Amino acid sequence: MKARIHILYADQLTWGLSTVFRQAVDIRYQPLYIIDMDSASSEDFETIIDEILEEIPCRQKQISTLVSLFGKRAHCTPGAIFLYGHASTGKSLVVNTLMDKLKLPFVILNCVECYSQRFLYEHILNSLHQTDLFAVNESVSRIKCENMNDFIRLFKQVLSQKGLDKETVYIIMDKAERMRDMESNILPAFLRLQELSSSNVCVILLSEIVWEKFRWGTGFAEPYVLHFPEYKKDELLQILSKGCPTDFPESCYVMYLNLVLSVFHHVCRDLREIQHLVNLNFMKFAEPIRNGEATSKDSKKLWKNIEPHLKKALPTVYLREVSSSQWQRYQAENAGDTEQENTSQNLQGLSHRCHVDLPYYTKYLLIAAYLASYNPAKTDKRFFAKHTGKKTKKISQTAKFRWEASNHVLGPKAFPLDRLMAIFYSIVEGKVAPTANIFMQITSLVSLHMLTLDPRDDQIITPKYKCLVSLDLIKSVARTVNFDVVRYLYDFV
Amino acid sequence: MKGKKSRSSGGRFSEVDKKDECINPVSKTQEILKLRLSRNHIPSEIFGRQEEKRHLKDLIRRTGLFGESNSVLIIGPRGNGKSALVQKVLVELGEEEDIHTNLLQVHLNGLLQTDDKIALKEITRQLQLENTVGDRVFGSFAETLQFLLEALKSGNQSSKPILFILDEFDLFAQHRNQTLLYNLFDVAQSAQAPICVVGITCRLDVLELLEKRVKSRFSHRQIYLFSNMTFEDYVMLFKELLKLEDDFPDRRFQSDWNKSIEELSEAQSVVDMLKRQFSFSQDVCALKQLLFLPVCNLNEMDVPRLKPAMFVESMKISTSDSKSAMLHGVSILELCLIIAMKHLTDIFEGEPFNFEMVYNEYRKFAQRHSSMQVFHKAVVLKAFEHLVALELVKPVEGGSTKIQKEYRLMSLLLHNTQIMDALQKYPQCPTDVRNWATLSIS
Repeated sequence: MKARIHILYADQLTWGLSTVFRQAVDIRYQPLYIIDMDSASSEDFETIIDEILEEIPCRQKQISTLVSLFGKRAHCTPGAIFLYGHASTGKSLVVNTLMDKLKLPFVILNCVECYSQRFLYEHILNSLHQTDLFAVNESVSRIKCENMNDFIRLFKQVLSQKGLDKETVYIIMDKAERMRDMESNILPAFLRLQELSSSNVCVILLSEIVWEKFRWGTGFAEPYVLHFPEYKKDELLQILSKGCPTDFPESCYVMYLNLVLSVFHHVCRDLREIQHLVNLNFMKFAEPIRNGEATSKDSKKLWKNIEPHLKKALPTVYLREVSSSQWQRYQAENAGDTEQENTSQNLQGLSHRCHVDLPYYTKYLLIAAYLASYNPAKTDKRFFAKHTGKKTKKISQTAKFRWEASNHVLGPKAFPLDRLMAIFYSIVEGKVAPTANIFMQITSLVSLHMLTLDPRDDQIITPKYKCLVSLDLIKSVARTVNFDVVRYLYDFV
Repeated sequence: MKGKKSRSSGGRFSEVDKKDECINPVSKTQEILKLRLSRNHIPSEIFGRQEEKRHLKDLIRRTGLFGESNSVLIIGPRGNGKSALVQKVLVELGEEEDIHTNLLQVHLNGLLQTDDKIALKEITRQLQLENTVGDRVFGSFAETLQFLLEALKSGNQSSKPILFILDEFDLFAQHRNQTLLYNLFDVAQSAQAPICVVGITCRLDVLELLEKRVKSRFSHRQIYLFSNMTFEDYVMLFKELLKLEDDFPDRRFQSDWNKSIEELSEAQSVVDMLKRQFSFSQDVCALKQLLFLPVCNLNEMDVPRLKPAMFVESMKISTSDSKSAMLHGVSILELCLIIAMKHLTDIFEGEPFNFEMVYNEYRKFAQRHSSMQVFHKAVVLKAFEHLVALELVKPVEGGSTKIQKEYRLMSLLLHNTQIMDALQKYPQCPTDVRNWATLSIS
């Protein structure tokens, strides 16, 4: 289970790490701001804004609001601005582009990286001070800062050293929800940074979580809250059509995008995810055109060609269990395969979710544990005793009515060791001596997090366990030992 | 005004500004107003509060002139002018010559000095005694403070009076053993050195937070600042915040502008907006924030004056329900899950649910309606996790961590009206889904 979670989040993690490295380099090459921007005529300013609007479509309202809030360089801004919206709605993009194009003095940091407050402070100070982290000689030392008190003092010092006290300095904090997990004084202090440091500074917080959830503790100053709404379907289309390959007719590409959106828009609104899917399946879509089998106007033929592939990708949306190259290879291999069920089986095999390799008896132990966890104890007699009564039919009828009480909905129950062993002996093939080896396997299952030891009861005389694996996994385990597990499950009889 | 001060340095800048003044008074006005609406601004006149101001001024003056030790707490809700009052008093006292030279000030804030060690360092720094202390090692907090106060004694053997201002006073009460507060109040009470301790807090129960030994050393002098604003005062404040003062260079523009503000304050939509905001909160900071965007939107070409519509727009932005706004952005699948959770919450009367139950409900619905696709469990689980990440759904506290995530108990953090509201505005919402939501108990 653990491993699976890691795979799912590995994507995000590597992304986080890469930003660490990118930012470490960024500090070196941060844009040098030009102080006499004020003298630049307003026409220049207008053209820059127009450029930005051109570059970032569908975000006019947000951009213009932000620009008017920023105002002229020397003007006051709100002490804190809170931008929220779903993932990939352009929050960071808009802010970063504005900062870059308008050449404003700014520091950007991702709160995920700052697991201790020291990193937070030192990152801001050193970026503002433009300390060269890669300096060979030790003459320029990094600014060190341990607490909020020192931060405010050093912050003012750096501003006056760098001549930034005439204009607004921007501190941009991405993933601001993480600030709630830090010391309780940090978030309120940053919201009041303008007041506390009595300098012209604007803190911009970016988050996916609504502002109400940030109010906790004392000392809050309400920030200026601005919402980034999700992209509508036609807006998505407009943005995605920018990625049209140069040697491909655009009308056809738009048609392709329409197809992809019609399949995926129900389940996924995330621009980045859709972009990923678009890129993944494009080769397949363009194949008949490249081969000369169809022209770009042959929409029906193209749809016929791509539809099964998109349908196949549907169960994997968001999961990213397979890498893009794996997916493409898989698509190529199955080019001739027409049977739907077969392909979906293969796809399951691609992911490692349902694949475990265990010793023979351990597999039976795991199955026994699963049965013990999900079957009520009083039904054991019916499943495992040699002579059963005639009650079978009656029970199965009542079971259908009582889905709420079903263990597959409510979760596994704890069971004593004796019951596990009794079920184990009744399902395992051949005679097995109750040696220490068998009991060792239980411990190793616990350490694999497939079983868990119930901490509430006496752990030595009557230990109680719970089974933590999913039905899919237990089915695949049972298949390897030719055991029909579903027949023994109370919920499915 | 403060704006002038910052301009006066640097020749080139003032030149540019002079040119600006001639060209457009609008942008100049914008700059002044923005500064006034920011948090750093000290108002030129405190609204009401004359009695409290006199009281506090007297107290500090007595410390400054006669070496009397005092302690006082200023208590009142946020945005009621506590800090402004103190700052105003300090500015006015600063103009009196003998207090200005005699009185030392130490400003502490509970958000910055998070423990007494840092606080003590900061006190040393603000009293400029770092050199005197040097590398000396002290046994206890009291000893250090005593040393600091001793060191301040000037040639004629009497200590200089010190004013301690503790912002967010309640946070200092959370420090271990309340050492700082104990020592400050002790010095003040036993008249070892003339100090005046002014605490600013928004907690009405602040005295309950103090330990017995600290409480008994406090003078129990409290100044309460409660909002006694009427709506007329509020409108007056609104006008004061936007009007230009007499020292504005362009006289004609100033009178013109002020007239437009008068007209603005009588416009029905603005009065309605103010009334609404007034019944929400009488916080001055909230009002300032409301006015900030309209001021930002001023523009010499297109929008030379403030218009009522701008305020209405600003009000709309600040009062919009952010959770509903987030709900518009979720996918149909996630919306289905939310509706399923709503039904579960209805059926079990607020009892928590787990993913399997939600999936069960969703599957039952999706199978009934041919227009809906039934997605794989893994995809649905991912959508569910997305909702958890958005904190629209929250795990029930106290649940065991050693449990699969499918079975972890959750509760829904959305109200029925929010869900219905989102459904109304949801773009291209399938009718099936909408009907399902309105169904009471399936």
